[in-house]
Formats: sequence, C-alpha cells, structure tokens
Amino acid sequence: MSQRDSTVNTLLTATILCVVCSLVVSVAAVGLKGKQEENKMLDRQKNILDAAGLSIGEYGKPASELSKAQIEELYAWVSEELVDLETGQIVKDMDPADYDPREAADKVDTSTEIGEVPYDPGVSRREKVAKVYFVTKPGTDGFQQVVLPVYGKGLWSTLYGYLALKGDLETIQGLTFYEHAETPGLGGEVDNPAWKAQWEDQKLYDENGQPAALVYKGTAPPGNPYAVDGLSGATITSRGVTNLLRYWASEDGYGPFLSQLKNGKSKTSGS
Amino acid sequence: MAERTTKSVIVDPLVDNNPIALQILGICSALAVTTKMETSIVMAVAVIAVTAFSNLAVSAIRSYIPSSIRIIVQMTVIASLVIVVDQFLKAYFFDISKQLSVFVGLIITNCIVMGRAEGFAMKNGPWLSFWDGIGNGLGYGLVLLFVAFFRELFGSGTLMGYVILPLDRNGGWYNPNNLMLLPPSAFFLIGFLIWLIRAYKPEQIEES
Repeated sequence: MSQRDSTVNTLLTATILCVVCSLVVSVAAVGLKGKQEENKMLDRQKNILDAAGLSIGEYGKPASELSKAQIEELYAWVSEELVDLETGQIVKDMDPADYDPREAADKVDTSTEIGEVPYDPGVSRREKVAKVYFVTKPGTDGFQQVVLPVYGKGLWSTLYGYLALKGDLETIQGLTFYEHAETPGLGGEVDNPAWKAQWEDQKLYDENGQPAALVYKGTAPPGNPYAVDGLSGATITSRGVTNLLRYWASEDGYGPFLSQLKNGKSKTSGS
Repeated sequence: MAERTTKSVIVDPLVDNNPIALQILGICSALAVTTKMETSIVMAVAVIAVTAFSNLAVSAIRSYIPSSIRIIVQMTVIASLVIVVDQFLKAYFFDISKQLSVFVGLIITNCIVMGRAEGFAMKNGPWLSFWDGIGNGLGYGLVLLFVAFFRELFGSGTLMGYVILPLDRNGGWYNPNNLMLLPPSAFFLIGFLIWLIRAYKPEQIEES
C-alpha cells in the first residue's frame, strides 16, 4: 500500500499514463486525418453543388444522396478562384486549393474589420481575399453561375452558407447553409428544402442596384421578386439571413467583384 | 454487496439501477442530443464504447494507481478515449458528428463514465468492469432513445428521418409541437419516465 502511494511511484504512474495516452490519441488523430480531410472537402463540395442546384438538376436528388464518384464528376464543372474583395479583382498569385478563407478571417493581417455598415452581418471581421466558385457546364462557353460563400450571425450561431447567382449576376439560383447551430424546427428550418426552394429566381438587387433580397416577416407577398417567407418562430434568424445576404451583396462584400465581372463578362461569356 | 455476475452487471443498469432514471446522472447530454433518434443512437454507442473501455482500462491498472492521483488518472484515460471516439466519428460518420458537434467531446464530463470508473472499476476485475460499462452505457442509451422517440415524433413528425406525421408547413396536416425541439421537453419526458419506472418498481422511491 505504501509502496503504491510513494512519491516516486506517483510520478512514475503519471508519466507512464501520459505517454501511453498521448500515443493512443496521436495515433488516432494522425491515422484518421486523411479520411477526415476528405470528408470535409466532400461536404463542402456537396454544399456548393446544392446551392448551385446541380445535383437536383442532374440527378433529381440532393447532393447528400449522391455517391462520391457522382459528386466528383459534378464538381469537375466547378472552378475555384480567389477574389480580392476590396478591388474585386481575381487574385492570380495564390493557389485556391491551399487557401482557407475561414482561417484567413480569423487572422489580423489577412482580414479586415467590418465597421459601421448599412446591413450588419453580426460578425466583426471578414477575410480580405474570398474564394468564389464558377460553374461552367461542359460544352458551354463562359460560366452559368457564380457561387459565393456568405456568413453572418443568426440567433445562436454564425450561419455559414453558399449563395449561387445565375449568369446575370442579379438573380439568385440557390442559398444553402452548411454550418449553423440555430434552434432545430425554428431557425434550423433554414435547412428545410421547401424554404430553400423559394430563393430560386428571386432578385438579389433592386432596379437601382441596391441589395434588396429579403426574408419577409410572415408570408411573403405574392409577386414580390425580392422576398421569401419568413421562418415562423425565428424572427432573429430570419433577420440575420436578410442582413448577411445584403451585406455580402453590398459594396462592402462582393459588390466590386460582381460589377467587375458584369463589365468583363461580355469578353468571357457568349451568353 | 453480493457477488456480481456478468449478467447482473449488464441487466441491472437497464431498469433496476438506471444511471439516468435512478441515479439522475448524465442528464445534460440527454437533453442536448435527443431531438433526433439517429443522433441519439450514435451518442449512445459512443457513450457505451467510452464507458466500457474506460472501465476496462481503469480496472486493469487499478492496483497500480496511487490513491492521491486516482481521479486525474481516470480522467486522463476517459479523455483520451473520448478523443479517439470523436476522431473516429469525424472520419466515418461525418454528417452525424457534425450534428453532435461538441457533445461527443463533452462525454468527458458525463458523470456516468466517471462514476462507473470510480465506483465500480476501482473495486472489480477488468472483465466484470467492462460489462458494467456496457450495461450502464445501454441504460443511458435506452433513456436517450425513449426521449428521442417522442421528441422526434412530436417535434418533427419523423422517426429516424422517415416521415410519420406529415408537417403542415410541408403540405401535411400535423402542426408540430415546438417545445419538443427545445431542451426543456427532455426534462418533462425524463420526469414521466422516472414516474413510470417508479410506479412499476416502488422500491426505487426514495424515503423522504
């Protein structure tokens, strides 16, 4: 008994235990890392395909029900580009595959503060360089859609999602959130396919080019090209979605990039 | 305590000595992960695995653990196992691990795991301890499934993701009970369950 409780034995037991446990944890973390990274990438690709409506369009079901090969095949239509949000220029000297916008938004030197803006996304910083996705169907000239990552605060959490715009860069193709922690059944209904489907063909901008997309409080008036139905019981999440959409559509967000793209589009696209 | 058999350590925690219903342990995660059956099952399996293997490991080294640091030793074993389970879920059940988010990591603080390590594994052999872990994990899982069954059915109109009661917002007739989607509903359901069990087994009622 005294042997077991001696100082030497206590230190020895603690040391051995720590070494063994850290070995077990490291082996698990390192051994499974490849698989986890692959999952993360596949998950991101699925969400982009869903926002762009490609999975429903080609296979008639959401991307979560597709096989890995089908996802990779569809994702081959998508090309990634980096965009300097302030100038709206495409950044050529960085590799999109190595760039993580979420990480960049966390670091001081690769992000910029969101000060007083007309539509407050509820987060304090955003990355300087964003990663956008062009969708080009095989055999066509120029892109049909642009998918833009968007995020902003809801009630409990920051909602991260993708906004897909049609070729005119004003009409919404789809909006999907891939990460949030809103109340299931209330704010969590941002994941409801029926609600998400309302976004298709809504206008992101009004006639004056101002961000106008809106989650209406209650049932959206029929014929309103900007509004979709509010999420019942989730006023703050609904308002958060409106704000984040308008923020990212504004001059502080993708505004400069979209107007550059519009001006230059005649050169790159035949449509 | 009388001699424990393998069968008794597995069967007892299911109803007679249920960690949630009788000992009122591990309530926090029972509230958090039970909005859906699917996440509850994965959570239950994760807890079963952690309780079983932490009991096994703690029991195997119990005669070497100095009593002054025994709680920390148990904690280290449990924490390591939880990280391994979390990594495993992220690699093979990515969607579900996304929904369970922090709650897998919080198994570390689940009183059932620690309670069994300190209360059972420190005094019994590895074989019996392992099965005691399985039994207590199952007891926890049963309550989780009971709660999740009602919460998913009346909160979302589905079971295991299949539509049972079509929701009015999707064109059906059922107007879901939003309370069921919020954590307090699990309190009511666990309360009802404890009531049921104690009506059936009055010996569980505490003397007041």
